[in-house]
Amino acid sequence: MLLLSLIVGASIGCAAGYIGTLMLSRRMSLVAGPLGHLALPGIALALLYGFDISAGSFPFIILGMVFIWLFELRTKLPPEALTAIVFASGMSIAFLLLPIEQAEAALIGDITRVGFLDATFSVLLSLFVIALTKMIYKKIALISISEDLARCERIDVRRYSLIYLLNIAIIVALGVKVVGGLLTAALVAIPAATSRNLSKSLVEYSILGCLFGFLSPIIGILLSQSTNLPAGPLTILVSTSFFVLSSIFKR
Amino acid sequence: MKELMLKVEKLSVVLDGEEIIKDLSFEVKEGDIITILGPNGAGKTVLLKTLLGIFPYQGKIQWNPKARIGYVPQRLPFIKDFPMSVEEFFELKGISRRDAARLLNSVGLKTGISRKCIGELSSGQFQRVLVAWALAKDPNVLLFDEPTTGIDIKGEETIYSLLARINKEKNLTMLLVTHDLSVVYKFSNYVICLNKCPLCKGRPREVLNPKVLEKLYGEEVKFYTHHKH
Repeated sequence: MLLLSLIVGASIGCAAGYIGTLMLSRRMSLVAGPLGHLALPGIALALLYGFDISAGSFPFIILGMVFIWLFELRTKLPPEALTAIVFASGMSIAFLLLPIEQAEAALIGDITRVGFLDATFSVLLSLFVIALTKMIYKKIALISISEDLARCERIDVRRYSLIYLLNIAIIVALGVKVVGGLLTAALVAIPAATSRNLSKSLVEYSILGCLFGFLSPIIGILLSQSTNLPAGPLTILVSTSFFVLSSIFKR
Repeated sequence: MKELMLKVEKLSVVLDGEEIIKDLSFEVKEGDIITILGPNGAGKTVLLKTLLGIFPYQGKIQWNPKARIGYVPQRLPFIKDFPMSVEEFFELKGISRRDAARLLNSVGLKTGISRKCIGELSSGQFQRVLVAWALAKDPNVLLFDEPTTGIDIKGEETIYSLLARINKEKNLTMLLVTHDLSVVYKFSNYVICLNKCPLCKGRPREVLNPKVLEKLYGEEVKFYTHHKH
């Protein structure tokens, strides 16, 4: 059981850290936050009716993405405002569905209860996300730097952005297993931030993002075993410790 | 006879309900250096981006089928979001390290710069990197948005002499956006004055006079006198 949760945590963490290095650019960092919160109603439903929480959250994340996109198109409000709206609504719906005393797994995750089938599926999906991200990495980096330059290179910005968003949706849905709906943004953002502190090149940046994403859940889950504290928050705090260290040794 | 590279007819661009460019027509021939002159907010950058196919428009934009376009943007503020070496920036465009080094040399940068992090470059170096990047894949037309931005007077002259050299060596057609009159006189053989509506177009010495400039920029330029070089 412990081994399974370690493998699942590490592979999801690695994929999240890797795609996180793309998301840390100014335009995308705000997207990761609300997506985790959007997953909450899905997680709530999954817990109530006893199916997989990632499967429960995925449709809600996709739905939320469409909503954010439509709102942004329609209102031209700054993303911060939309984030606040989406965040609050996601939480509210989740608490309407799920009594607060049962909400712990939804909010901070429970990786220690992962089953074999579930684990296999998560690892395969994580590998899929890593492969897909590797395929689109350079294109998305160029699009994030300048859509105009990307268009001049005849890159189909919409198509790549769609694949990218789909990738993010999968990893957020997987991430809720490890750290819950409240903390998924951190799973994606902190390893990338740590890596940014230490990297001088894009290659270093993406590899280190993956590495810190890989290590944090392993240490977090092991700590949870010995302390009896929940693994999700510990994983994030381990990740934060790496970040603090990297800020001290920043290159 | 020089070939026609671009023909623009009755071009109008409306963005978010605001008319940015109105009824603009001009032609660009092979090897021309065209400057687009105008104050801030006159629609110069919008014109370049419309020519690149980024914005919707009314009217006609006809590129020569042989045109391969390189674009040098004004700024790339988001590039600092990624720790990236210069050669990795070229890899985003599918340019090999060897080709990147050759291109960097051709714009007067030393080979060692390809390993440097983009964030560590001076603004002058960065602009040259952008020029080299635009020159990759061998374009025959270069669109350049405000080449002087963020560069001191000494650097400014060198980036323009660099452009003049590239124009000669490769018979490159260029469209430069600028608000700098000296650039117009020194480097271009055709100028388009733009302040939403086209105010003048033609050879700089023939069409630019105090009246046009006053109309283009408002009162301040009234005192401007041009000394012949």
